[in-house]
Amino acid sequence: MAQVAFTRNLQRFFPDLEETEVPAQTVAALIQALDQRWPKLSSYLVDDQGRLRRHVNIFVDEVIIRDRETLSDTLHADAKVFIVQALSGG
Amino acid sequence: MAGRHLLVGTRKGLLQFILRDGAWYFDWLAFEGIQVPYACFDARSQTIWASVDHGHWGQKLHRSKDFGKTWQEIEVPKYPEDARLKEDKPAALDLIWVIEPGGVDEPERLYLGTNPGGLFVSDDGGDTFTMNAPLWNDPSREPFWFGAGKDSPGICSILVNPKNAKHLTIAVSVGGVYASFDGGLSWEGRNRGISSEFLPDPNSEFGHDPHFMTHCPAQPEVLWQQNHVGIYRSTDAGKNWQDISEKEGPARFGWPICACETNPEVAWVVPAQSDMSRVAVGGALCVSRTEDGGKSWQHFRQGLPQTHCYDIVYRHAFDNDVEHLAFGSTTGNLFASGDGGECWSTLGNYFPPVYSVRFYQT
Repeated sequence: MAQVAFTRNLQRFFPDLEETEVPAQTVAALIQALDQRWPKLSSYLVDDQGRLRRHVNIFVDEVIIRDRETLSDTLHADAKVFIVQALSGG
Repeated sequence: MAGRHLLVGTRKGLLQFILRDGAWYFDWLAFEGIQVPYACFDARSQTIWASVDHGHWGQKLHRSKDFGKTWQEIEVPKYPEDARLKEDKPAALDLIWVIEPGGVDEPERLYLGTNPGGLFVSDDGGDTFTMNAPLWNDPSREPFWFGAGKDSPGICSILVNPKNAKHLTIAVSVGGVYASFDGGLSWEGRNRGISSEFLPDPNSEFGHDPHFMTHCPAQPEVLWQQNHVGIYRSTDAGKNWQDISEKEGPARFGWPICACETNPEVAWVVPAQSDMSRVAVGGALCVSRTEDGGKSWQHFRQGLPQTHCYDIVYRHAFDNDVEHLAFGSTTGNLFASGDGGECWSTLGNYFPPVYSVRFYQT
């Protein structure tokens, strides 16, 4: 089960968002599973074509994922996933 | 709740003002800290629609059916998987730039103009949207549509003929004006008379840059556009356009344009210096009005800043109803007029940059 943590900024839009465990073998599958529990959450993380949004980062075991287009990075059984916004804007 | 209201979409949220005893007062703020590129009211369903752009988290669409007390997030439109941009990149939603209710006889229809270059249509009151394929697949799109201030072309104006809801006229910035007479099943260009010096062929059928286009609701065959290269008017639903820019004078370059609800000879613009210097003309704001179909322009300055002014007005940030005009600027100034644009009062000077201003009445 991958352990998933989120930036607190997302709680503004998903007040009951919390750290969770998800059975998923890829980042894409993880996003899909998260959307089941928190409907529309995936649309905050990926665009309408399924690509990671430009100002969103996903770390797996403290390393930024490589495939931002199809989110094919694999997750091992105890992967620690951190979903966070890039620090940009004004 | 009955009365006149003003929706102001800004860099940092959506503000509503309400008219009481002839003066505008702040009513509420929604989406604090988040960009609201556009908001409007659909009188048919008594719904406020808001385009909400989170930056990090993407473009969203919200609606309120209780006049702004609560908001519901709608599933955002999705580009078809086979919709491709130049260099074969997949098209993905970047911006919901304009929202337009359909005709009174089609109460469930709603249009969205998006970047990149999408016209999305809902026939279920905005619950779901599909992209208008005939416009996307028009052979003129790929060679003639391109981004100007943005990376991609966007649909900035959507006009539904009040006398015939199947008659649509849209403006693409950059791309030009298109019309449909069958509710969007087929499209044709409407750019004759526009001369764009930035094109290899200035009189090309497509590739022009209408910054904003509007019509006279009482005579919808009369169209007005503030184009990148000047101000134009058409009296035949866009078949032919006449350049009505001032040769000497400020009424030439700018973004927004308002048309009188009843008189097809009357319109207003807020001029800017030029595309090379996007500031108020001579450091002073004015609103220019024509009352003779663009043959002549009057310039009104009373109540507007006349020194050290760098304000420009974005294409959706100027609106009128039967009695009032209002506009907001990139510098966060917000002004209203109750006398046809001759005298202006200040609603505030410290708002965020203003993206859209739209009146509604309940």
